Amino acid sequence: MREIAYEDIVKAVKNMVIHTATNLPEDAVTKLKEAHEKEKSPVAKKVLEQLLENADIAREEKRPLCQDTGLAVYFVKVGQDVKVTGGLLKDAINEGTEQGYIEGYLRASTCDCFTRENLKDKIGYNLPAIIHIDLVEGDKIEIEYAAKGGGSENVSRARVLAPAQGKEGVIEFVKSVISEAGPNPCPPIIVGVGIGGTFEKAAISSKYALFREAGQPHPDPEVAAFEQELLEELNKLGIGAMGMGGTQTVLAVHVEKNPCHIASLPVSVNVQCHSSRHSHITL
Amino acid sequence: MSQIHYLTTPLSDEDIMNLKAGDIVYLSGTIYTARDAAHKRLVDLIAKGEELPFPLRGAVIYFVGPTPPKPGDPIGSAGPTTSYRMDSYSPTLIEHGLKGMIGKGKRNQAVKDACKEHKAVYFGATGGAGALLGKLIKDAKVIAYEELGPEAVRELIIENFPVTVINDAYGNDLYEEGRKQYEVKD
Repeated sequence: MREIAYEDIVKAVKNMVIHTATNLPEDAVTKLKEAHEKEKSPVAKKVLEQLLENADIAREEKRPLCQDTGLAVYFVKVGQDVKVTGGLLKDAINEGTEQGYIEGYLRASTCDCFTRENLKDKIGYNLPAIIHIDLVEGDKIEIEYAAKGGGSENVSRARVLAPAQGKEGVIEFVKSVISEAGPNPCPPIIVGVGIGGTFEKAAISSKYALFREAGQPHPDPEVAAFEQELLEELNKLGIGAMGMGGTQTVLAVHVEKNPCHIASLPVSVNVQCHSSRHSHITL
Repeated sequence: MSQIHYLTTPLSDEDIMNLKAGDIVYLSGTIYTARDAAHKRLVDLIAKGEELPFPLRGAVIYFVGPTPPKPGDPIGSAGPTTSYRMDSYSPTLIEHGLKGMIGKGKRNQAVKDACKEHKAVYFGATGGAGALLGKLIKDAKVIAYEELGPEAVRELIIENFPVTVINDAYGNDLYEEGRKQYEVKD
């Protein structure tokens, strides 16, 4: 059985956290450039210019892209033939997260739900991270990471529809969520839609959908066509960059579809702001 | 058509009445930061008739919780946070002399009404442009509620800080008007 040292995971996670806060990934930059080209509103075009300039400043001067450096969210695929030595995998990811947020001068944004007290001294700096672990074949550990801001989480919604509402019902629900969100989630946005499964499966699928490279279509052509249909529908809303009106509200729609119970049709919409900070490592 | 203005704080009634939703303003001078927790304390002070940590007359409040500064920098990344969370507090501050707020996202009718009644405006800054906006903050110091961390009240010196008028003192709303212009109805 292959062994990976706890400390190696801590270090790799820390470096990934620091890098991701200041480097907008290529897929997001490409999508913003495309939106800038297509946008018809001069006000929105100006906002998109600022966002591209912001990405350059962040990368060159190693400044966080946004002051909301997010909660740290991970999807981890652990090969069945690999063993972590010297500690627990979850602890290593949390420790790497904390070190990265401190050493990268990133914001500690976790707090108690009710007292709103910052948890940096009680649990750890920007801890706990949100960690989803899956067991897979092989002897590697793949860690996918996103720094997820609060503004776009706040407008995300889940609902269990009646089966009779079908595809049309899903479109209507997604449209109502994005319409209601308006300027708040920092458009242009990426929309993750989880359909089917159970209530929580739909929600996790909608999150995982956001980890895909922006605009990369779903491998199933039918789902990919549905993504395209949703994208066109949502861009009719006219919200535009920062909600000031425009043709480019949504950069991409990613759908993850699961089989579901004969009685239900769960749908979850998870919104990602334009600062789509994500990265992955394989150990 | 959208106009460009260069303004320095504190803002006067005349400054405010010259602004229309959609105008771009390059703001300079001193502004103050406050988020939810600090707003609650400011409004509590007003209720008790006590003095605020900064003069409210003509003031501009920036809704922001910056990242920690790197050594040698006055502040870290500092873009706007979503404003609706301050909606329940802003009208009281406006009544007591606040002239401008900088944030992102929709405000409720009570805030829009207060802007109209007491001559104030709501500015939008570009959310997620924290690196760019942080660089335009020339100086920053915590002046109250240090224990709130990123939510402490800071005095900022800004230079040509770019904002857009979202809600003006005439009841106009750029979010509603801009969207109407580009909405495609089937």
